[in-house]
Amino acid sequence: MLNVGLSSFADSITSAGGSALQIEWAPPAQGHQEVGRALAQLVNLPAVETANRTAFDAYQSALPVLRGVGIAGQVLPSMAERMILHSGPPIAWENMCGPMKGAIIGAILYEGWAQDTSKAEALASRGEIVFEPCHHHSAVGPMAGAISPSMPVWVVVNTTHGNQAFSNFNEGIGKALRFGANSPEVITRLKWMGQVLAPALRAGVETLGGLELKTLMAQALNMGDEVHNRNVAASSLFLKRLISALLKTRTPSADIAAVVDFIAGNDHFFLNLSMAACKAMLDAAHDVPGSSMVTAMARNGIEFGIRVSGTGRQWFTTQTPVVDGLFFPGYTVADAAPDLGDSAITETAGVGGFAMAASPAIVKFIGGTPQDAIDNTTAMTHITLGRNNAFTLPSMNFAGSPAGIDIRKVVDTGIQPIINTGIAHREAGVGQIGAGITHAPLACFTQAVSALANVVASSQ
Amino acid sequence: MARASKVIRNFYRDSVSLMQLSSTFAKLPGVEQASAIMASANNVGLLQEAGLLTEPVEASPNDLLIALQGDADALDAALAAAESALKQPPPSSSGNGNSCGIHPRSIEMGLGSMVGANLALISTPGEYAAAEAFKALRLGLNVMLFSDNVELKDEIALKRFAQARDLIVMGPDCGTAIINGIPLAFANVVRRGVIGVVGASGTGLQQVTCLIDRWGSGISQAIGTGGHDLHRDVGGISMLQGLKALAADQSTSVIVLISKPPSPEVAGRVLEAADGAGKPVVVNFLGTDPARVRRANVFAAVTLEDAAAAAVALANGRKPGDGGPTRPPFSFTSPLAPEQRYIRGLYSGGTFCYEASLLLKKELGQVYSNTPVEPGDRLSDVWTSRDHTVIDLGDDLFTRGRPHPMIDHRLRNERLIKEAGDPEVAVILLDVVLGYGSHPDPAGEMVPVIQKARDLAGKAGKNLAIVGFVCGTAADPQNLSRQEAALREAGVILAESNAQAVRMATSVVLEAGVVGGRS
Repeated sequence: MLNVGLSSFADSITSAGGSALQIEWAPPAQGHQEVGRALAQLVNLPAVETANRTAFDAYQSALPVLRGVGIAGQVLPSMAERMILHSGPPIAWENMCGPMKGAIIGAILYEGWAQDTSKAEALASRGEIVFEPCHHHSAVGPMAGAISPSMPVWVVVNTTHGNQAFSNFNEGIGKALRFGANSPEVITRLKWMGQVLAPALRAGVETLGGLELKTLMAQALNMGDEVHNRNVAASSLFLKRLISALLKTRTPSADIAAVVDFIAGNDHFFLNLSMAACKAMLDAAHDVPGSSMVTAMARNGIEFGIRVSGTGRQWFTTQTPVVDGLFFPGYTVADAAPDLGDSAITETAGVGGFAMAASPAIVKFIGGTPQDAIDNTTAMTHITLGRNNAFTLPSMNFAGSPAGIDIRKVVDTGIQPIINTGIAHREAGVGQIGAGITHAPLACFTQAVSALANVVASSQ
Repeated sequence: MARASKVIRNFYRDSVSLMQLSSTFAKLPGVEQASAIMASANNVGLLQEAGLLTEPVEASPNDLLIALQGDADALDAALAAAESALKQPPPSSSGNGNSCGIHPRSIEMGLGSMVGANLALISTPGEYAAAEAFKALRLGLNVMLFSDNVELKDEIALKRFAQARDLIVMGPDCGTAIINGIPLAFANVVRRGVIGVVGASGTGLQQVTCLIDRWGSGISQAIGTGGHDLHRDVGGISMLQGLKALAADQSTSVIVLISKPPSPEVAGRVLEAADGAGKPVVVNFLGTDPARVRRANVFAAVTLEDAAAAAVALANGRKPGDGGPTRPPFSFTSPLAPEQRYIRGLYSGGTFCYEASLLLKKELGQVYSNTPVEPGDRLSDVWTSRDHTVIDLGDDLFTRGRPHPMIDHRLRNERLIKEAGDPEVAVILLDVVLGYGSHPDPAGEMVPVIQKARDLAGKAGKNLAIVGFVCGTAADPQNLSRQEAALREAGVILAESNAQAVRMATSVVLEAGVVGGRS
């Protein structure tokens, strides 16, 4: 029997020869009784269980393939002319954090809508530019996630279900737009990425005839990546596939050399592809009525937000946490911006922190051991719907990585989804100052349970 | 020699795993050679060279290719077996299973670690208890709900939900149960036997099961229902379920039902079901006229003691009241002072207190209480006794902010000293409850205070009768005979049961009335 409450009862039963398991109980839903009751009505509810099977199967059977390179304004659904996308849940210009504002100013300069940063800032604050989350346009972007209409984007297709997902290109570390940098060298690099990198990659991917991303990610997981905060193997595998394809295109050899140097010099180059692949898999699982599976976790530097398959477009948000971790020399947690970016889409899809066991190197960010990495992954099995058997974890006897976060399980156990993440400086433009491990705040899940219970109750 | 191959699209395994798989597949019945590879051009070429592939295959480097060579009849089955082996998640081992790492934090998570569990014992604060109980029921578990302060509407919803799924909710506010010989929450270690009990009162269940044990019989199951189960709006759902289960249980030959007076319609339904149980049923509805309880197959017991005695008689093939335990004659010979007229009952068990009220009223007229049988008997100040008074120290009024008096004896000890100092008091009546959940050595807590109380009375030139009983068994962790010996040594007059103790107390004050020459 299971004992919930006074532990002496379990001891008595055991000493009387019975078998009792003590539950380490604490009031669920952070003590919100109404949510706790709503949760109880969702536990093992056939409608939710069936919906979750449907959603998880869709996620599991999704097959993200890199199809090509497009221009945001042309390929992103509902992308307007004067629109800039950002990471995380919706946020108004005046509320944005420093790095996000910096990135948006940079995007305005990149588009040529203003000639200098103060004019760009004035333009943004006059409300002449529409700001929307990447997630509302089938897209994801790391850190600030700024995507403006003329930027090149990866086009990923889930060939099982036909849905598309997009992400911008990774600029490398240091001063980069995604950290809010908008100096001339940043804009110059973005221009080069649009004019040289994008056409070369477009031609290369075309020559490859597309590239299966799921198997590449699976391979990288077996090579020590978790494809969120460590992408060394995946970037190398990608480059390995790309080089010969590039050489078969008509790209000038000087450009090929520059492109290869650029990719080879950025261990995180694959991150944006990993994110787009995850987005494609999760969008396939979205909008299943009654499902309690999380389909997005994202942060805008002010708020942390999640979306759930069974509650449609709604975001459940709360203040985003500050990440503690390891900092580059000269920086401390006091310099850190609160958690930022759409990259937690990787954890949502069962990689990143959820596949930490694949990537013991990552636990060093919290001074941990390889066993901690395994423990972190194991903890995630208790809040997920299943395992993605495509993403195997060598150190766990090739078990699949835990995937499909169930809001019910998070709220019931209080186990928070773990997220591996980079840390941006809180001031625009300084760039990445460290990396660490953080946890998705429970409040988002508590709200989501409440909302899902209402939806489920009204449909019965 | 035949060959067969199969492509599994977009399925990645590292090369070492693939080599292992290949050797596993080679051991399948009828297979001579086997290979599992990622279908890169190179690898496919190797297979062709090895003669495992004769036809060209359409496969990409992201696809997994299985190629087999062996008996023509066996290959299809072997391919299917190979594919299903591939898709099977790897076996759990340390570092992979749910067993390592985190302790279970929810009922669902607990079920992951203890797959065979079929009961959840819930004792969380009341405001969270209904939700936990619902989760347990939804996951297919029976529920024992120890928590109190669960709203009646929740109790009704839980019990109806459970009933529809053939599960039972014991409680809320269910303090005692013995399931398959295992005592749950506040319960005693009783011998196993043929008597099944369903009780809406925890201490009632403890009294009946302990007396059955004391008188040589045993218990098959003791099912608690919680105190509100026989409320009109709940309808006795759990008692009816318990009765039905015991009626069907082959190891139960006698059934006992215990409750405070149920609502008349619920009583009717329960008695009707009891009458049709197909086994003798003993019913103790405390305070209900036995004539209204009696049926062809239903024996009405006035007290908990009667219920236990009747059940033991029936279990031994005798008629209730025929033979059975003897009740020793009793007289208290020490003289009382003329003003010593009253009984003061200091109870830790609510049902004992209620039963004492009922029995004393019958003999002595008005008996005051904090939990009175009739509204007119309510004590205006629960901290001060008057005339004949019985106090339930387990009442919420006393337990707020402190443990139950079965665990923490301080409150009763203080009250005992106070009563002993009252010149009008003739008898102090006490219950001592053993078993799991209770204090590990109640006598140890009580004896010094009892001695002090007697000294106090002695100094005032009085004899004080301290009458009590121990509800427990020889197998209880506190040990019945050790507890009884310690109390007896301290001068406590011990009965076997509450009803006996009440009778003794009554006779003390009635006889004293004669001795003292008062009318």
